[in-house]
This record gives sequence, structure tokens and C-alpha cells, in this order.
Amino acid sequence: MTYKSAAAYVVGGLVALGMLASASAPMAEGYENMVGDKKSGYHYSTPATQSIQDDDFNNPSFLWVDQGEQLWSKVDGKAGKSCATCHDAAAKSMKGVGATYPKIDAKSGKLINIEQRINSCRKNNMQAKPWKWESNQLLGMTAFVKLQSRGMPVNVSIDGAAKPYYEKGKNFYNQRRGMLDMSCSGCHVENAGKMVRADLLSNGFSNGFPTYRLKWQKLGSLHRRFRGCNKNIRAQPYKAGSDEYTALELFVTHRSNGLKVESPSVRR
Amino acid sequence: MRNSALTFGLIVCVLLVGSLTGAGAAELVKYTVKDGAIAQSLTGKKGNPAKGRKAAIHRKKGNCLACHKMPVPEQLFHGNVGPDLAKVGERYSEGELRLRLVNSKAINEDTTMPAFYRTAGLHRVMKQWKGKTILSASEVEDIVAYLVTLR
Repeated sequence: MTYKSAAAYVVGGLVALGMLASASAPMAEGYENMVGDKKSGYHYSTPATQSIQDDDFNNPSFLWVDQGEQLWSKVDGKAGKSCATCHDAAAKSMKGVGATYPKIDAKSGKLINIEQRINSCRKNNMQAKPWKWESNQLLGMTAFVKLQSRGMPVNVSIDGAAKPYYEKGKNFYNQRRGMLDMSCSGCHVENAGKMVRADLLSNGFSNGFPTYRLKWQKLGSLHRRFRGCNKNIRAQPYKAGSDEYTALELFVTHRSNGLKVESPSVRR
Repeated sequence: MRNSALTFGLIVCVLLVGSLTGAGAAELVKYTVKDGAIAQSLTGKKGNPAKGRKAAIHRKKGNCLACHKMPVPEQLFHGNVGPDLAKVGERYSEGELRLRLVNSKAINEDTTMPAFYRTAGLHRVMKQWKGKTILSASEVEDIVAYLVTLR
């Protein structure tokens, strides 16, 4: 060991001691995702959880992202196309796209989210089988597409045809439900920042989805989270991909407007 | 004769099955609310405070620690959505505590706290919980008996 490298060791050790597991990726250290009084779920996470997200090499979501990236250029379906056939490089074509969903699909006139957009492309343009909700493929592609908007502000529109969906989502959000008779807003608006046993109630923003949840040991969709929340209060959940949850996603994502896209995030 | 014996047997079976479906599946006990309290015990008997303490902690029963700090030092992580229950037996009478447990929305309709002994007026209750209450009448009485001791 040379003098220089030994010195680097000592300095490195001191720095590591001083900063305790601070990572070196772009999101690390002093990462802030707040706009006005909105605070991303990141700020409700413990430093240990934050540090997993801070470094893309530590963030397990990237196992799915890698899969999504591979699928991007993989030909599938009767039309003999891949995503890349029409969209070329995702880094360019998908930049900003994930920040604007859910939105109205011009063809069907219906509100769709990214997952539904991907599957509609597969079905109509690739003539391939749609991926199952919560499958590794759909999660991976969703995460890969949303990653292209990371750092950009969430910016969904509730104008025009989206308005009735927004109202529907808003009603859902404020409606008490289940045996515990609770609403989304009861916890995530009125009691955000308080503790439910060991869990800190976040303000319920969607800018980090799909998210790697430590509890799930897996990447998961926002609709999976909705189902879990509904079951916790002993309310009959809806299906992932249902109109009810897509409308709720619009309302929740509109609440998140202005916060930076953090997908794929890591949460408890 | 044979027929009536069979009918009798069937009724017994139905009653047994009915009693096995658990906590709140049976008809709710009727109670009277007066001056922000339910003065009468739901079971006509005094509850058991030791059992009440257990039911209050139990995550599928009272699960009170989810939202309240309580003098239960052996359990970590108490919630703080609701008030500290340390002296709740001094702040409220037994009847007032009973109403807060049965249906706290009768006192404050905006409260986040669930009604632990109520089946009506709920939206999209999960199938397996439909028509049931979170706590049975005797569990309500046990927890009330425990809360009264918190002074």
C-alpha cells in the first residue's frame, strides 16, 4: 500500500464516519422534494430507507427497470414491433411522459394511466398480449417509462374530459368506507405527520410510484397500494386497473402536481 | 313427530352456527344515549379490566395503540393521532367512555375514530365483516372497565 492510498483510506474512513452511509448517486444527500406545503413521501421516510433510494445501485427497483429497458426493444406480437420500433430511444421519446398520466386517451375518450397506456399500445399497435397487472413486465416497463421523467414536476391535467374523473376520484378520496369508516383524507390530509403505531402517516402523494416497498419486498403499483389501504380499513377493495382506482389516481396525482417525479422510489 | 324432531334439530344447528360466526354477527344490543353517555352496561354486567387491557392492545380488536399513547410500557410504538389515554378514567365517566367506544361519532361526527359497536351507515364494508361489529358487547364492557382504571 502506498502512502497515498493509505491516506485515501483514512480520509475515506473519516468521511464515511462523518456522513454515515451517505451515497454518491445524483439523488443523494440533501435531496429535497418539497413544493409549498407539499412534501414528498421521501421526507416521511427514515434516513435508512432514504439511503436505499438515494443510490440507484442500492435501489432494488432497478432490477425491474433493467427488465423494462430490455423489453423496450424486444419484438413481441403479431405486428412484429417492439416499443422502440415506433418510439426509438426512450430517454428522448418518453421524457416527461410519465409526469402527465393519468390522462384522457384520445382514441377511447377514457381516462388511462401509464400501465393502461402500455397495455393499450401492446394490444392495438403491437398486437401483443397485454401484460397482467402487477406482473414483473408491466411493473418494469412502467418504472422504466416513469424513470425518464425523474426530477421533472408532476403535471397532470384535470381539464375538459378529465374533469368528471377528477370529481369521481375526489369523492372517493373523501368518502368514508369500510368497517373502520375512514377516508383517504382522514389519514393523509387531516392527520399527515402523525404516527399510527410505528408508521408515520405521509401526505399521500403518488410521485414515487411504482415504488419498491420494503414490506412487499417487491416493486408495486399505486393501485396495489390503494388495495392495501382499503383492506386495512376493512373496506372491499376494487380491482387494480379499475375505473375507480384510475380516477382516484388522477385525483391523488393532481394533488402531487409540482412535486418531482421520484419513480421508482423506495418506501417502508 | 319425526318431522318436528327434525325441525327442532335444524333450529339447534342454525343457532349453533349463528353463535359461532363470532363477535358482532348477532343482533346488536340496544342502548340509550343520554347526556353524551351510555349509562347502562351493554351486557348488564361489569366488564373485566384485565381482559379489557388485552383486548385494547390486540391489533384485531381494540388496536387502541394504533392511534393512542397508553400506559402500556411493554408495547413499543404508540400512535399519536388521538389523545393520550393515560388519565382518561379521570376525564370521563364510565358511561361517557362507553359511548366513545360504541360510536364516538355520536359526540364528534368528524372524528377519525371508528365506531367499535355499530353496523349501520357504513360504506363498502369487506364481505367477511358485513353485519359485524369490531368489538362484541362483552369486549366493549371489558375495555370500558379497563379505561375506568386509567387514573
